[in-house]
Amino acid sequence: MIPEIGHFALALALALALVQAVVGMVGAQRADARLMAATPALAAGLLVTIAAAFACLVWAYVANDTTVLNVVQNSHSAKPLLYKISGAWGNHEGSMLLWVLILALCGGAVAAFGTNLPSALQARVLAVLALVALGFLGFILGTSNPFQRIWPPPLDGQGLNPVLQDPGLAFHPPLLYLGYVGFAVTYAFAVAALIEGRVDAAWGRWVRPWALAAWSFLTLGIALGSWWAYYELGWGGYWFWDPVENASLMPWLAGCALLHSAIVVEKREALKTWTVFLALLAFGMSLLGTFLVRSGVLNSVHAFANDPARGTVILILLTLYIGGGFLLFAWRAQAMLPTGVFTPISREGALVLNNLLLCSIAAVVLVGTLYPMFADLVLGEKFSVGPPFFNTAILPLAVPLVGAMALGPVLSWKRARLFPALQRLWWAALAGLGALALCLALEGQRIGPALGFGAAAWTILAAMADIADRIALFSRPRAAWARAKGLPRAAWGGALAHAGLGVMILGLAGMGLATDTLRLVRPGESVALAGLDYRLVSLADAPGPNFSARRATVEVRDGSRLVTTLMPERRSFPLARMTTTEAAIHTTWLSDLYVVLGEEREGGAVLRIHNNPLAPWIWLGGAIMALGGGLSLSDRRMRVSAPAVRPVKAGARA
Amino acid sequence: MTRKSRRLWLLLLCALGLGSATALTLTAFQDNLVFFRSPSDIAREAPKPDRAFRLGGLVETGSVMRETAPDGKPEARFRVTDGAHGVAVTYIGVLPDLFREGQGVVTLGKLGPDGTFRASEVLARHDETYMPPEVADALKRSGHWNPNQGAAPPAATWNTLEPAPAQPRRGS
Repeated sequence: MIPEIGHFALALALALALVQAVVGMVGAQRADARLMAATPALAAGLLVTIAAAFACLVWAYVANDTTVLNVVQNSHSAKPLLYKISGAWGNHEGSMLLWVLILALCGGAVAAFGTNLPSALQARVLAVLALVALGFLGFILGTSNPFQRIWPPPLDGQGLNPVLQDPGLAFHPPLLYLGYVGFAVTYAFAVAALIEGRVDAAWGRWVRPWALAAWSFLTLGIALGSWWAYYELGWGGYWFWDPVENASLMPWLAGCALLHSAIVVEKREALKTWTVFLALLAFGMSLLGTFLVRSGVLNSVHAFANDPARGTVILILLTLYIGGGFLLFAWRAQAMLPTGVFTPISREGALVLNNLLLCSIAAVVLVGTLYPMFADLVLGEKFSVGPPFFNTAILPLAVPLVGAMALGPVLSWKRARLFPALQRLWWAALAGLGALALCLALEGQRIGPALGFGAAAWTILAAMADIADRIALFSRPRAAWARAKGLPRAAWGGALAHAGLGVMILGLAGMGLATDTLRLVRPGESVALAGLDYRLVSLADAPGPNFSARRATVEVRDGSRLVTTLMPERRSFPLARMTTTEAAIHTTWLSDLYVVLGEEREGGAVLRIHNNPLAPWIWLGGAIMALGGGLSLSDRRMRVSAPAVRPVKAGARA
Repeated sequence: MTRKSRRLWLLLLCALGLGSATALTLTAFQDNLVFFRSPSDIAREAPKPDRAFRLGGLVETGSVMRETAPDGKPEARFRVTDGAHGVAVTYIGVLPDLFREGQGVVTLGKLGPDGTFRASEVLARHDETYMPPEVADALKRSGHWNPNQGAAPPAATWNTLEPAPAQPRRGS
């Protein structure tokens, strides 16, 4: 019964989305106040129905309802409750339902927090969001119904892929989708602006928090996914340039550019067309990511239970939304005249440079991800593009990006001079060069890590120097506290996010110096790596809830001092007939000690041991970046109504 | 600065950014494309010894030997076959959990002067019924499997099959 309610709720949601799209568009076009006032209520209704459908699916999983095909394929009664719940979106159908749930959540948020928006703009934004929801609800109902029944019901389900049985599954997809789908809102704002033919500072002020929120969630989602891959897959790496990873990186890059150019629209009323273009692009990248992951064209850990026919439908949706958006852009973009002018050396100029470099990196990632697919389809040639390609192509673009990133915030708007700005950052530059030289001296000719350490020092210290300068910490230390309290939170957030990237680069540079070893050891024997002694004490069986494991006990000693005892495992899941390796990781914050248990033979076991310097800082850096985004979001200016609520009068006065 | 000259500046910068990105991508492609080769491809034309490529096929039944190198590192030797030809592979490292005889595998590495493939990575990260698409394609090209005639024959029988029947090769 409950799955039928869920199915019905989905169908109802489809109808509501259709009504919302029509009412919103027609209402805004005819300036009909009653129709426009109905759209927020419809958005709330859409949210309620999709949430109900989602709750029904989760119920089916928790109750292990084996008459539902989706539950049978992806769940099992012996699974811990957390994985029963998170397993609801650990498969194609459920994850698409989560996608539209988050889309409806965004629509609900626009309806609830957008009360200070002009009603025509709000109605159009909600109508565009409903159009997106319409397509994806149709996709779910038509090709991937999560409530499909099966008869006769089997006794129990087939279980969830063991790799996914991890708390990471509970958070990684929802966070990532909050990011992906959050860009649907900026897309909707862009389309609404194109229809109205007007982009002004107020528009920039409304779009910015959405871009910021989506970007922050996406940052967290990617960082969490990277960390999950690091500890779960047991390869000792954190980023593999896997197409699925690239699919999340591309919207992140476009969103990062959008976030920065929206500042220019808000503050200076320049770069308007460009910002609208980026808003379309960011959501386009999100949809492309959804297509790549959901269509089965890729061969990766994310390619569970998919079907090429579905890929075609997502491709059609992608073409419709993005093609439609860009057509509208081509038709209407010239209506938006820029008003602010600036010289190349100015904060606007720096932000343009930021946008150019971020988009170039996104383009490189796009080509590297899609070209092998095209070559396979069109030329019949099979090849892959691995990390060396991305490293060689992206590094030359990332170096100027990071170099200019620290400089941008200290430049003034409109026109600036480079030399005084550099003067304010001289100690950060000195520290950066020092770190680079020190690393070269200690580690030899390792350019990559040395550049990384230099860039990390430069970025973190420049962010600090910027804040110190703004609160006049050195020139008037007594008033610094008062000025710090008065400094807008967006300034703090920006500096924090920049410093967060520096922290992440620090971690990346450290990982550039990672070492590992591989040895067949018998109990009692030991392996030395990076000044530590790893001694295999014993090998034993260890039972688990739905798996059986072999567990090695490894003592790590620094001379005679016991640092830690690590217990890597190999788990075999009888239901899925799969074996997974559970790496044992001990972090000293300066370094991760990472041990993986390999096969056993000749009375011993193969141990793979990694020493990963500064590894945790990669993900902490990501968390700091997201925190910076959140701090900016809490800025008062983001919440109070924008100055130009009546833009006609405001324009007349200006 | 006038609007016109500013626009010129922006266009110039855009062209510079796009141009450098394209140039970087092309140079990086030149050195870093990793081609996929099946054992039959190698038999027909041996790749250059210094160029890394991916070799895929099925792990030949009965060919896997696990040894320990003199420095204590575990070494695996096995043969990768597409039914028509086989290539000997050595790999120093932990084989993935799903590595089994008779199963689809993709390895990354270089061909040594003795014709042995020295793998630096072995990928077999799916469930045991999964076949990597490149491997499935290589099997089709070697003439041992026509997908229209149903599922692939049991993987364990691949290396005992007769050499490829004489039929024109499709694809590249």
